[in-house]
Amino acid sequence: MKMTRIFAAAIAALGFAGTAAAFEGDQHTPHAHHWHHDGPFGTYDRQAVQRGYQIYQEVCASCHSMDLMRFRNLAQPGGPFEEEAFPNPNDNPIVMQIAASYTRVWDMDEVNEDGDPVERPGLPSDPFPAPFDNPQQARASNGGAYPPDLSLIVKARGHGENYIYALLTGYEEAPADSHLAPGQYYNPYFPGGAIAMAPPLADGIIEYADGTEASVEQMAEDVTTFLSWAGDPHMEKRKQMGVMVLIYLLIFAILVYLAYRQIWSNVKH
Amino acid sequence: MTEENGAPGADGQEPSRRDFIYIAAGGAAAVGGGLVAWPFIDQMNPAADTLALGSIRVDVSVVAVGSEITVMWRGGPVFIRHRTEEEIAEAQSVELNALPDEEARNDNLPAGTPGTDANRVLRPEFLIVKGNCTHLGCVPLGLGANTGDYDGWYCPCHGSHYDTSARIRRGPAPENLPVPDYFFETETTVKIGLSPEEASNSGWAVS
Amino acid sequence: MSGPSTYNPSTGIEKWLDERLPIIRLGYDSFVDFPTPRNLNYWWTFGGILAVFLMIQIITGIVLAMHYVAHEDYAFESVQRITRDVPFGWLIQSMHANGASFFFVAVYLHMFRGLYYGSYKAPREILWILGVVIYLLMMATGFMGYVLPWGQMSYWGAMVITNLVGALPFIGEAIREWLWGGFSVGQATLNRFFSLHYLLPFVIAAVVGLHIWALHVPGNGNPVGLEARKGKDNKKDTLPFHPYYTVKDGFAIIVYLMVFAVFVFFLPTVLGHADNYIEADPLVTPAHIVPEWYYLPFYAILRAITFDIGPIDAKLGGVLAMFGAIGILFVLPWLDTSKVRSMRYRPLTRWFFIFFVVAALGLGWCGAKNPDDFVMGIEGFKFLYLGQFLTFYYFAYFIVVLPVLGIIEKPKERPASIEAAVLGTDKA
Repeated sequence: MKMTRIFAAAIAALGFAGTAAAFEGDQHTPHAHHWHHDGPFGTYDRQAVQRGYQIYQEVCASCHSMDLMRFRNLAQPGGPFEEEAFPNPNDNPIVMQIAASYTRVWDMDEVNEDGDPVERPGLPSDPFPAPFDNPQQARASNGGAYPPDLSLIVKARGHGENYIYALLTGYEEAPADSHLAPGQYYNPYFPGGAIAMAPPLADGIIEYADGTEASVEQMAEDVTTFLSWAGDPHMEKRKQMGVMVLIYLLIFAILVYLAYRQIWSNVKH
Repeated sequence: MTEENGAPGADGQEPSRRDFIYIAAGGAAAVGGGLVAWPFIDQMNPAADTLALGSIRVDVSVVAVGSEITVMWRGGPVFIRHRTEEEIAEAQSVELNALPDEEARNDNLPAGTPGTDANRVLRPEFLIVKGNCTHLGCVPLGLGANTGDYDGWYCPCHGSHYDTSARIRRGPAPENLPVPDYFFETETTVKIGLSPEEASNSGWAVS
Repeated sequence: MSGPSTYNPSTGIEKWLDERLPIIRLGYDSFVDFPTPRNLNYWWTFGGILAVFLMIQIITGIVLAMHYVAHEDYAFESVQRITRDVPFGWLIQSMHANGASFFFVAVYLHMFRGLYYGSYKAPREILWILGVVIYLLMMATGFMGYVLPWGQMSYWGAMVITNLVGALPFIGEAIREWLWGGFSVGQATLNRFFSLHYLLPFVIAAVVGLHIWALHVPGNGNPVGLEARKGKDNKKDTLPFHPYYTVKDGFAIIVYLMVFAVFVFFLPTVLGHADNYIEADPLVTPAHIVPEWYYLPFYAILRAITFDIGPIDAKLGGVLAMFGAIGILFVLPWLDTSKVRSMRYRPLTRWFFIFFVVAALGLGWCGAKNPDDFVMGIEGFKFLYLGQFLTFYYFAYFIVVLPVLGIIEKPKERPASIEAAVLGTDKA
């Protein structure tokens, strides 16, 4: 039918319009890296998420908070330390140990008899400890630049994982005509090219607990996978449910279509 | 409604008998409806952060003999009293039939278990009970404030007196203060709020 | 409605109820035995789809409201808590956010059906006007809803749009402060937007009720644009709504839900904007402030007016043009002078309609882009100019094309009746 054809062509044309998150200037577009969790059936590489968490703890956490994360998230369904024997994340011994390794004041409202905030080892219900008490303190320690919270960083950047990976592996010598202020570094993937974060990764700066070789590319991939999980912890369940729902709807659609044909079979239309 | 399926009189056709396809489609709709409803019902269940605070661990080594602390658990107070020898003896000497409420009210033991002191504590020196009066929910006063006529707790709202096993002795409260599910995870750490597996291995037994 | 009610209560309870509150009769007359043209195509299924999506938005919205906190310090976090900690919260949030987009896709297809088939023409003018009212209420609801997560786009989109109110002469500043409840978008604004966002969908539901009532007086339009015959020939042109159109609408709804499911489960963030995953910061403005896709054409129209027109400055001009673009829809039934409803029989006007669709999509594209960027890299051809051209066409379609062509175009021969169209060779 004519109108349908018009619409089909129009929708196809709209496909060229692209997304609203247009880059400008010389910002390089990140290259499409292949991720284990890509596609409708992709799952997070659990070992990568574990290694990525190690990188976050040892490298990133000194400047970047992850305020939306709690230790118990690490052991929840789909998490890197999920253990069937401990369905309640609060009882997972790995997570209890990780949490307890941080002693600090967790809650200013948790006070002792003198009214002073209590300093204690962490519990699974506690949040990932933030390196700074407030954004101003973060800026003061980082030359005025604010290291963004990483809980949602993958979703908060137009090209997601590809951007993070490209950024971490993309530091270069500044071109002759660039104007970098002291304390800035050149990274063509960062908007404007001048980033206040020094290259955070170098070959071998950490030793992976599972013995994997810690190259920059490996670490960038692992920490990006971890950050992706942190931003979308229910992704696997979401995709699994999606498959079931679509199969169900397909069957339902077929049944209703057959009913439709049956009902309309003996009228003129 | 007799004009379902096929062409009900529009072009003068005979109505056909109910077809399998309508039942199948209707059935799929009903199943789908049920499956869709579940997330909307389940979302009102406690969320993961609430469940995370569903159990707490308390270091009882800080509670000196003859003193008590109050901790918050699942939104309400829990009294942990380190009882003296006299308090324990007092609690153990009471005859069941002297009690207004003869049941143990202990979540670790079956309903109807007799309310002897032995059925209300895992270790006699530590009494752990929920701190809302069973009358209308006020928080009773204890050591250091007002232990009432039976040396336990006294509820100022309507005058209920509890003994050293936190059982109601006089006043309008109908039941003994309930004992929450707990066990000693270590010598000095009590975990309140147990998983089913922990509950079955907690060490509680009816005396 | 053609003819009196044919409902015949059979059981005792039905008769008892019918004498006191004939609600089953109303339901039967409206959705069971209602005579519906037998030649409706799939463009007529979007009404049913819209009803389903209104319900989806209301139910998911009420459930989200059980967990959401409308305070600037907690709003963003509470939405994240829903997606992370609330059982199935991730699903309900994804359904609500994507549901809004799918609600708008359906409403646009529904409206374009109306434009093509002349559904707004006499005697359905009030039906059309009620529809435009619903559309405006949807836009208000969607705008306020998008502010609630309190992300960067939430905050700055609210700033831009509410600042437009300030363009009104004399009263603009006072109204703006009144709307904000303060000196800028803030806590007071967030709280009242939450209250109104919860309220408006129920207002929409009430207007939908009026919309269906207004529809049922003359009955549905249809692709050939002829009214169903009354009396004994009515049954040759129509079919009872149930089971013919309940099953057809049901099928269309399921197919639409399949597309919806693909987005909810596999592409949940694709229709949104990455910047809204950053918490609102009044001190940092995003590089490109863009509204959600369904407002983009109007955003382009707003930005197209960069010049003063007499005493009206460019900013005010933009606001007037933007609201005018929707306002003009109210008077469409009187602008279109053609005696013929359906564009099937208006081949010349149809070309202009096709270009109107292209213009609307093109305006959406312009709205997403920076006005100073060049279209497809062509030097000097700014998106601003394209937007201005398409805005001109948008208004010209209603103010010039439809009135003029309605008079001068000789329409194609229409079939004698709906039945004739169904039996004959009527495929245009």
